[in-house]
Amino acid sequence: MAVTLPRRRGSIVHAHRDPALLGTVFVGGAIGTAIRSLLEDAFTVPKDSWPWTTFAINVVGAFVLGFLLEGLVRSGMDTGYRRLARLGIGTGVLGGFTTYSTFMVETTKLPWALAISYVVGSLAIGALGAWLGIRTAKSLVRVGETA
Amino acid sequence: MTTLLIALFGGAGAVSRFVLDAEVRRRARGSFPVGTFIINVLGSFVLGALTGAFTHHAGWLSPTAKDTLGTGLCGGFTTFSTASVETVRLWLTTGKAVGARYAVATALVSLLAAFAGIALGGVLA
Repeated sequence: MAVTLPRRRGSIVHAHRDPALLGTVFVGGAIGTAIRSLLEDAFTVPKDSWPWTTFAINVVGAFVLGFLLEGLVRSGMDTGYRRLARLGIGTGVLGGFTTYSTFMVETTKLPWALAISYVVGSLAIGALGAWLGIRTAKSLVRVGETA
Repeated sequence: MTTLLIALFGGAGAVSRFVLDAEVRRRARGSFPVGTFIINVLGSFVLGALTGAFTHHAGWLSPTAKDTLGTGLCGGFTTFSTASVETVRLWLTTGKAVGARYAVATALVSLLAAFAGIALGGVLA
């Protein structure tokens, strides 16, 4: 691997100053944001109706992030490829793919009852998705397994 | 072309989130995810301002600029997935009420920020 990772203890604090790791987050974020943009364009939602596209993107992203982070923690130390996967796929792709800002601005445009159900529904189903992702990783990924 | 710009600004947004969250983490005490909270509130405010300005036909904001900064930068910066995972982690470790409070506080304050942004954007247009 071309990336040199600092090995001393506590170095994780300075991961955000490592150009290679910053580049990994950048590439992942660009990919995730582009995919969301293309999906939002392909599946436009009519005015005054539940924003299904953003909802689906956010819930799927929450599930996958829960699975990824729990799976990585179970498989071993946050170094080498595991840290690259956490930052590139987790912080980058899934962070860029899901969105809080669009979720909120969509809410401001909805009629009252729909706005409340959209917020409560997204928070509840998003948390459920993340929890299911964590649970799935707990049952599928063996502790200490290095693959 | 617009998709490429959105991707580049999305990458920049994700890097900004990564750096800001790490800097907040170094200073913050306690289990409350202050970094993600600030990021989502700030991003909702900025997207609100862009939306408000665009709705009022601000001459300085083209559709491409609005999508690049809104869908790209704000979308890449804010994150729903991390907020959800943090909610569940707080729920499972610190306490159910703490997790629920974090989720509700983020949504309420971000929503207020989005409304404030829309109002400001309308004035600036």
